[in-house]
Amino acid sequence: MTNREMLSPPPAGAVPKSGRRRFLKSLGSGVLALGSLGALVGAARRGPGIENGSAPHEGVHAAVPGKRLRRWAMVIDLRQCDGCQSVDKPPQCTQACIEGHFAPEPMQWIEVYEGELPGGGVQFIPTPCQQCQNPPCVNVCPVAATFSTPEGVVLIDQDRCIGCRICMEACPYDRRFFNWGQPPQPPEALFVEYDPEHQTPARKGTVMKCNFCPHLARAGRLPYCARACPNNAIYYGDLEEDLATNGREVVRLSRFLAEHSSYRLKEHLGTEPRVFYIPGHGEGVGHDSYRGGRKATQWPWQKRAEGAATWSR
Amino acid sequence: MVALSRAGFTRAAGNVPPSWRERLEGRALRPLATGGPAYFSWLAFLLAVMGWAIYAYSTQVDQGLIVTGMRDRISWGLYIAGFVFFIGISHAGTLLSAILRATKARWQMSITRMAEFITVVALMVGALFPLIDLGRPDRLLHVFLYGRWQSPLLWDVFAITTYLTGSMLYLYLPLVPDFALCRDRLGPTAQRWQRWFFRAASLGWTGTVRQRQALERAMTVMMVVIIPVAVSVHTVVSWIFAMTLRDPVNSTVFGAFFVAGAIFSGIAAIIILMAVLRRLLHLEEYITETQFVNLGYLLGAFTLIMGYMNLSEYVTTGYKMEEGTRFHFQQLMVGPFAGLFWFYIIGGLVIPGLIILRPRTRTIKGIVTAAVLVLVAMWIERYLIVVTGFRVPLMPYQPADYLPTWVEWSVLGGAFALFAFLISVFGKLFPVISVWEVVEHRGPEPSRSKAPAEEAPHRMTGTMSEGGIP
Repeated sequence: MTNREMLSPPPAGAVPKSGRRRFLKSLGSGVLALGSLGALVGAARRGPGIENGSAPHEGVHAAVPGKRLRRWAMVIDLRQCDGCQSVDKPPQCTQACIEGHFAPEPMQWIEVYEGELPGGGVQFIPTPCQQCQNPPCVNVCPVAATFSTPEGVVLIDQDRCIGCRICMEACPYDRRFFNWGQPPQPPEALFVEYDPEHQTPARKGTVMKCNFCPHLARAGRLPYCARACPNNAIYYGDLEEDLATNGREVVRLSRFLAEHSSYRLKEHLGTEPRVFYIPGHGEGVGHDSYRGGRKATQWPWQKRAEGAATWSR
Repeated sequence: MVALSRAGFTRAAGNVPPSWRERLEGRALRPLATGGPAYFSWLAFLLAVMGWAIYAYSTQVDQGLIVTGMRDRISWGLYIAGFVFFIGISHAGTLLSAILRATKARWQMSITRMAEFITVVALMVGALFPLIDLGRPDRLLHVFLYGRWQSPLLWDVFAITTYLTGSMLYLYLPLVPDFALCRDRLGPTAQRWQRWFFRAASLGWTGTVRQRQALERAMTVMMVVIIPVAVSVHTVVSWIFAMTLRDPVNSTVFGAFFVAGAIFSGIAAIIILMAVLRRLLHLEEYITETQFVNLGYLLGAFTLIMGYMNLSEYVTTGYKMEEGTRFHFQQLMVGPFAGLFWFYIIGGLVIPGLIILRPRTRTIKGIVTAAVLVLVAMWIERYLIVVTGFRVPLMPYQPADYLPTWVEWSVLGGAFALFAFLISVFGKLFPVISVWEVVEHRGPEPSRSKAPAEEAPHRMTGTMSEGGIP
């Protein structure tokens, strides 16, 4: 099977009837089944306003009965990451993600952290949402605004989020961002039809984060971050097909992970992330481990985002 | 009827000098009839503070939570600390009064009403904070439409609504005979709405044996039920923190720690309210040093329990000193929060404990001082739990800082004003002392216990004597 076929979209019209219904069932809608109260809630939930808002997306496009389910995963090869020092630019993964998603300032859904190495020197760690399979954020959400899709991606429905921010407290990777004010986005962001898979247009008072770009993958494209990396350090693929690619080469995922002693962040927490790391400090691209620092990320439309405020993290 | 007759003489002989009991009734009911300019200007002041808080909140609704000091890395602050604090205070009441009632402690009869009262008011105020903290208050209904019972926040919703309902009932039940007393005693001097209110609220109470049995049964049930509910409330409040993977709050002792802290701050709140009301309403005869000293002992015992809880928490984590723990200990004990932390430990636990330990300082003044220290320290403790818990970095980044803005301080001030306002207003709706219980436990005046039986039945007031309960 070629890489192209692997990332092909599901056949049109094969979208299942309702993702939310299935989703809620799996989360144990027992609490809603309290007799007439349950019926009342059901009626209210079918109400027009909310149904229009959160559309039947919720990342189940690929959950077609009888078809193999994608299990999206990412491998970040830290041997190839020098924080974009060699190209003398801000980290290009972050930059492309911001531009692709209109991520409001100061959100860096994939952020390049500078970790200290035990023997001195630095290591650049690009960190997207870890797409946990035992996601602490999903567990604590009071309204199921953040949820796991059958493909294993954790998404947020910004039309349901009440802004309580308990998910931000629960996330052990600091990968959730809040729209503290009117989110600064360029005017063209308003043309986009809202979908939890790309979270645009952003909503004030709700939480956002990396959505793992399954919509791009289904259309046969790599996520913005993987495509933009000048050193092709980011692999994206499917655990089910056992394939991943950085846009230049295709690897057998399980073997690739095993042979390069891959690890996951805070493995001991048992969150089961879908993002894997191959240990390194940019040695693959000749990075001097004692040279830290990256260029500051830019949000190019800040001047064009009318009436919007920015804040710091 | 022989038993009943002893209670039925209240105003039988109007000319005799006021007895102990009539003095009590007079004292307890007087605030319901009066309300001078001082009272109304106090209310106006509180309303002004609340108005300012509403203005502050309106800017928050308009611009979003950007007007607060909270940001991604410290994403809860003063509001959630206020939530924990007020819900904590609410434990005072119901738990204290239920436990003391269950153990048949007599001395607390004159303060149970105030305790239960604090519970209801503190719950009402505390429950507002999570709503104020929401980024999308307009979607509050989603909690009911899409609520997930797996979320600790939903546990809070269940526990707090149960507790509020239960403690309102528990406040109301022993009020019924007192409402009847107001209905009968205030008579034509009362305003029209008051007469209507007392008639409706007393549910036709006349003090018959059946009514008293029913009341006694209902109160026993509520008393037993409310204790586990109260414990559950603060346990699940702690679990909004302890259910996460953040170092300082990822703790098994948190539930017990919060419950102990809640009762601790609650006792302090009762002592302060008791002192204030005693002075304002001239209740010196009924709230004596006994009540202060006994509550002081309780407060003293809880300084020890809290000390033990802190010890368990800090020694077990500090001994191992994992990376996050090390950061936490540094920020707390020698870093930016050291001043607050040591005030909490020394000013909130050690000094109040010593004040109560020494007989020379174990006076009303000393105990009130200790209570004020405890209440301030417990507020600080709540603040530290929220803010320092969030500040420990999760990834390699500079630790964030949090400074509450004027909006948060204003809303907090408004909450305290609301607390005082509700107490001031409700204090006009019913006696702050449970008259019938105090009477019952003191017993009728010896000189008057031979009142003729035939006078009694149709003149029953809303009081009863100890003889009436089989």
